[in-house]
Amino acid sequence: MTDENVPSYNQPLLDSYVELINTKISEKTIVESYINEDNFHLPTLIVDPKEWLALANLLRDDEEFAFNYLMNLSGVDYIEYMEVIYHLYSYKRNQYLAVKVKTERDGGSLPSVIDVWRAADWQEREAYDLLGINFTGREITRILMPDDWVGHPLRKDYVFPEEEV
Amino acid sequence: MPLRTEEMLLNIGPHHPSTHGVFRVVVKVDGERITGAKSVLGYLHRGTEKICEDLNYTQIIPYSDRLDYLAGMLNNYAVVHSVETLMGIEVPERAEYLRIISMEFSRICSHLVWWGTFVLDLGATTPFVWAFRDREIIMQLLNELSGARMTFNYMRVGGVKWDAPEGWLAKIAEFIPEMRKKLKDYHTLVTNNEIFVKRIEGIGVYDAEKAIDYGITGPNLRGCGMDADLRKLQSYSAYDRFDFEVAVGKDGTIKDRYNVRMKEIETSLNIIEQAVKNIPEGEIMCNVPKLIRPKEGEVYTRLESSKGELGVHLVSKGKDKPYRIHFRRPSFINLQILEELLIGKTVADIPPILGAIDIVVGEVDG
Amino acid sequence: MVTGNDLAKANDLTPTEEHEIERGILLTSLEVAKAWARSNSLWPLGFGLACCAIEMMEAGASHYDLDRFGIIFRASPRQSDVMIVAGTVTKKMAPVVTRLYEQMSEPKWVIAMGACAISGGPYINSYSVVKGVDKLIPVDVYVPGCPATPASLIHGLNLLQEKIRHEAKYGKRVPIDHD
Repeated sequence: MTDENVPSYNQPLLDSYVELINTKISEKTIVESYINEDNFHLPTLIVDPKEWLALANLLRDDEEFAFNYLMNLSGVDYIEYMEVIYHLYSYKRNQYLAVKVKTERDGGSLPSVIDVWRAADWQEREAYDLLGINFTGREITRILMPDDWVGHPLRKDYVFPEEEV
Repeated sequence: MPLRTEEMLLNIGPHHPSTHGVFRVVVKVDGERITGAKSVLGYLHRGTEKICEDLNYTQIIPYSDRLDYLAGMLNNYAVVHSVETLMGIEVPERAEYLRIISMEFSRICSHLVWWGTFVLDLGATTPFVWAFRDREIIMQLLNELSGARMTFNYMRVGGVKWDAPEGWLAKIAEFIPEMRKKLKDYHTLVTNNEIFVKRIEGIGVYDAEKAIDYGITGPNLRGCGMDADLRKLQSYSAYDRFDFEVAVGKDGTIKDRYNVRMKEIETSLNIIEQAVKNIPEGEIMCNVPKLIRPKEGEVYTRLESSKGELGVHLVSKGKDKPYRIHFRRPSFINLQILEELLIGKTVADIPPILGAIDIVVGEVDG
Repeated sequence: MVTGNDLAKANDLTPTEEHEIERGILLTSLEVAKAWARSNSLWPLGFGLACCAIEMMEAGASHYDLDRFGIIFRASPRQSDVMIVAGTVTKKMAPVVTRLYEQMSEPKWVIAMGACAISGGPYINSYSVVKGVDKLIPVDVYVPGCPATPASLIHGLNLLQEKIRHEAKYGKRVPIDHD
């Protein structure tokens, strides 16, 4: 269904984002950028975790971006590393953006963005609870599992507990 | 002589008649005033996402029903839509119309239960019985279509499973004017009732900017004056062929959100009426392989559920089972603002504030 | 009610009744009267957890009225006779279920409604679900379904009423004649 040689109609938009981020923050922020054609040609950025908080602030406050709505925060366990994807939307400009941040599988941590988008609060707690991704800059506690649960259930190597109820 | 007073920790739930399910709020009270609140969730966390990693896509559909069990068809559509987006499938017209009819019925069911339980929490018992009486008729209609009253398992990747039985569309055409008459009764009894209006005045107010910051969507956001309905903004399924109005509130009060939801019931009835009139003949399922195997990729699709934006983030590695499926559940995200809304109010304000957020605990915990 | 017939039989015991008396159980017909009263006014503690709770509410509403059986839903465990566990019981919720069961006063019964309460249901492979509420508390009637329709719940409640009356007459055990 997708023609590999024809660039997506959103490519110029993505290029302008990359250009802006390189000038306003640094060249090292974006590790990779591409268009996700399956998902209605969604511009996607893969970002260095150390620069993520600065980028988040820019994405919300800058007029050229104005991404004020964090739609979704999902953690995914890709056996060699953990990844968190943030889906953003701008009501003013009616545009979407996806940002992925990678971290180590065991003991990895990402800066928390609850000061940028309050919506991230409980979703970060869910990612910590079920996948074990730590978020720095905030107090984090379990949300869905009981407080004394050991382990993070959604990991691919999770061992189910013995049946003692 | 000044009396020594102390703050007390009051635990509400998880088993409590007015928390709409197993949800717990721990509030710190000073007399009757609340000075702090903490929500505790997870009492119905069933591990749906982990279970779905072991099932193929058709088997996930019944599990999606049980997330927001009041509006099963909307959840069915969320899963099916994400797989169809990833595979680039186009669904036949008749199937889209049947889907829209069932989705709008689910939306009405969900709003009826919300209305009945919201007013029941405030002390009125008649609306609860009325709401369930009317919901029963809709459930019987959907039972004829899909075989189940609540957890439908009706949609499939590429279309719907069964066609409308004979006479079903005529029954719907009869039901709609009757429901409109009953809605008038609802408004007469509750909407301008002095006790109701006074009870919900001045609590649970927030503006559009705070709502967007908290990620709130659906009627909770539209009550603040934002015209944001995914059926118009990002027209999915066949919604672009229908003519309907989006209900928008003004100030972000509970009364605004109440009005938005009541208006949405009327809008849904209009959409169903148009669908029944214009539904084309044709196939209900397009040509899909028996075993659904989407290509490798990742999508995030969303739709306007009765509670807000229901999103599905699907990561596929090219197999017949998903690698990771994550549900962006509106009740979970809408509930976050509760802790802030409760501060400074009295204990008697907890049921209306919680009721106006409209949560379903199956969706909060997933 | 004590009739002339019963008194005549008192000195002429059948083997079953002799056996019952030997076991230390002597039931008067007052028990039968009490059981009749209890079964016709069961007050459930609606322990609605998940989707089955909605069907339970539907059973209490006007189409499948439960009030005609004398069933009124009570919010407090101290005031109820039967606990209808409707929905999935998770490990986080398990201590709450047992605590509520212990707070109910005797005599009390439990109905497990829906596949999840009976055995874990569709969530049997989950890490956080208790595989059936009978692992925590003793259950009297199992009502299957996912969700159990209101008609099934009413059938289950009728069976419970029969069980209460039967237990009062023959002692707290399953009838010996059944195979």
